[in-house]
Amino acid sequence: MESIGLNHFLVVSAILFSLGIYAVVTRKNAIMVLMGIELILNSANINFVAFSRYGNSGLGGQITALFVIILAAAEAAIALAIVLNLYKTFAHVNIDEIDKLNS
Amino acid sequence: MNDIILINISIITLLLPLFGFGLIILFSKRFPKLYMLGIGLLIVNFVLAVILLYAKLSNFLTQDINFQFTWIDFGNVPYLGNVHIDLGLKIDNITVIMLFVVNLISMLVHIYSLEYMKGDKRFNRYYAYLGIFTFSMIGIVIANNLLMIYIFWELVGLSSYLLIGFWYEKKSAADASKKAFITNRVGDLGMFIGILIVFTTYHTFTFDSIFEQISNGVLPFDSNAWLTATGILIFMGAVGKSAQFPLHVWLPDAMEGPTPVSALIHSATMVAAGVYLSLRIFAMLTADAMLVIAVVGGFTSFLAATIAITQNDIKRVLAYSTVSQLGYMVMAVGVGAFQYAFFHLITHAFFKSNLFLGSGSVIHAMHHEQDMRQMGGLRKKMPVTYAAFIVSSLAISGIPLTSGFLSKDGLLAGSLAFAHLTGHWLLPTFGFLVALMTAFYMFRLVIMTFHGEPRNKEKYNHAHESPFVMVLPLIVLTALSLFFWYTPNPVGPEQGWFLSEWVRPAETVVPQETRFDFMKTTGEEVSGHSAGAVVFSEEYEHAMHWAHIPTLILSLLLGGLGILFAFVIYHWRKIDPDELAEKFKSLYLFSLNKWYVDEFYQATFIAGTLKLSYLLSLFDKYVVDGIVNGTAFVTRGISTVSGIFDKYVVDGLVNFTAFLSGLIGLGFRRLQSGRIQTYLVLVIFSLILLLLFFEPF
Repeated sequence: MESIGLNHFLVVSAILFSLGIYAVVTRKNAIMVLMGIELILNSANINFVAFSRYGNSGLGGQITALFVIILAAAEAAIALAIVLNLYKTFAHVNIDEIDKLNS
Repeated sequence: MNDIILINISIITLLLPLFGFGLIILFSKRFPKLYMLGIGLLIVNFVLAVILLYAKLSNFLTQDINFQFTWIDFGNVPYLGNVHIDLGLKIDNITVIMLFVVNLISMLVHIYSLEYMKGDKRFNRYYAYLGIFTFSMIGIVIANNLLMIYIFWELVGLSSYLLIGFWYEKKSAADASKKAFITNRVGDLGMFIGILIVFTTYHTFTFDSIFEQISNGVLPFDSNAWLTATGILIFMGAVGKSAQFPLHVWLPDAMEGPTPVSALIHSATMVAAGVYLSLRIFAMLTADAMLVIAVVGGFTSFLAATIAITQNDIKRVLAYSTVSQLGYMVMAVGVGAFQYAFFHLITHAFFKSNLFLGSGSVIHAMHHEQDMRQMGGLRKKMPVTYAAFIVSSLAISGIPLTSGFLSKDGLLAGSLAFAHLTGHWLLPTFGFLVALMTAFYMFRLVIMTFHGEPRNKEKYNHAHESPFVMVLPLIVLTALSLFFWYTPNPVGPEQGWFLSEWVRPAETVVPQETRFDFMKTTGEEVSGHSAGAVVFSEEYEHAMHWAHIPTLILSLLLGGLGILFAFVIYHWRKIDPDELAEKFKSLYLFSLNKWYVDEFYQATFIAGTLKLSYLLSLFDKYVVDGIVNGTAFVTRGISTVSGIFDKYVVDGLVNFTAFLSGLIGLGFRRLQSGRIQTYLVLVIFSLILLLLFFEPF
């Protein structure tokens, strides 16, 4: 049995990234899109951590991952606030129909 | 009194009339009395001329005063050496005498015109023109080089043109001024070519310098023939200005101008400028050139005298008489009678301007009637004018005690001596025939105008003696037509101070082999370099002496005969002039129509010029215009083609590009949906495609 190496992490990360993209592109609900973005960010985190573990760049990757988590938290807070406001305005959060600024 | 003062005075005399001209032309509107300034300046000028005459003749009798400065310096011109153009004055005895005459007659005419031109609407301008004429005439007189003479020559032509055409409302006057100007140009062209030859050869315009080089053996194109040609070419200018055949036609027509102008310009001063020029270039005339000049002069004087016999217009008779007398002077230059040519120039200036002013007085009295057939019997009404006319007529006919007798006899003797020495007997024949005719036509004029019964009672009754300002010049000029101003001996001009002291013959400088035999120098200087040669060799002096008595007798006889004929035919009417005219009808008509010279010119030169201009206009119309129109046509054709190309090809390309862009835009427009997710998909797919395509790893 093969031990778990870098490629495994990368594959997981790629799958997560693809799922995230898929979510962002296909979902109509704003919350879902935000969740897709979280997936993408986390796939990137996996990559950072994996490269940090298998590469020779010290702890830089792990620290970056921590930063990304913090940023993601902040982003989620702001984005959820925006979504709440959207909901207050439109009574739904379907991003296809929020086109008041378009034309 | 030194020579600097003389130079300054002569420059002032030159410039004063010009100053007057400028002031009158510019300010005549504001000051209608400005013509008085013109008269005043001329009187000052006359006084200056008298001072000059006195100072020159008393202090510098045998010394000429030269003043010269470099006008333009071209520096060292390749192949030519140092070239510079000098201007300057030469004050010799001839100059001061001419200055005196010009200023005196100009002043008298200024005064005379006060009355004659009274009430003319361009009175001030008339005086301005007289001023510029006087200026240019003085310029000719004092110049010491051909260039200045040429410049003033043309200015004189201009003022003559302005004054002949002074009453330009009259078509005849306008035509006459044009005719005078154009005819003069023909002569001036020859003069200009002559001057150019001189400058090419000698690199100077100054007379003294030219003569010196000729006497050193420098000739135009190293040929005696060219020296002759140069002399004749410069003389052509004189042919034009002095109205010699074949360019004499303008002078009679010039009588369309005001009569005082005729007296000043067309009898006394300007037309004498040609003779003056001939005298100035006398030293460089070869025997052949002199012969040409003599024949031209002799023939002109004969031709004009025959015409004068039958004319009925009082001014025309005088005009032809002027042409005839000028012919005399030119002939005198040609036969080498230098002094007498100048002498006759002076005496003629006085008595002819007297005659013209007299005729002006008559015309004034007759209310601008010029036809002698309308006059008659004016003797009693106009005694002063009549006296002036009689004295002047006697002078021009060569009757003793008058000035005309002295000069005319002298030049006839000169022509006789010349014939005796060279065998050209035609010249004195012309001369004596003219003497006969002159006496005849002058007394025909006097008798028709002043004697007999008045032919036009109405005009006669209105006639009256002219006012004082018109009579005064007549008196002065009449006095000057008498002999005692020139010589103490009424029949011996050569004993007088005028000829023996004041006027000395010029010294000829042309090579020995081109001179007349009697002008060759003998003795030590036969080698060809003969700067000190004198025109009048002893041989010529002898011949003159020999010719003196026969001339005296002949000319007196012929003059008397002429006057007698005039009295027989016109006063006592023993022979009816009309019958005589009928009898010699062809001769009479030939003379009355002025030898058909005008008609000949009309038929040949003028018609030819018109024909040529017509041909040239055809050339213009069909060839030049054709080329222009053809170019226009071709240009239009090319532009049309170019326009089509522009419209369909260039515009087509531009429009096609726009169309294509539109089409593409139509397609891509759908992509701009506004949905972020669509964009994102596109971005991701593009990224994947790029990664696949470029394979960065």
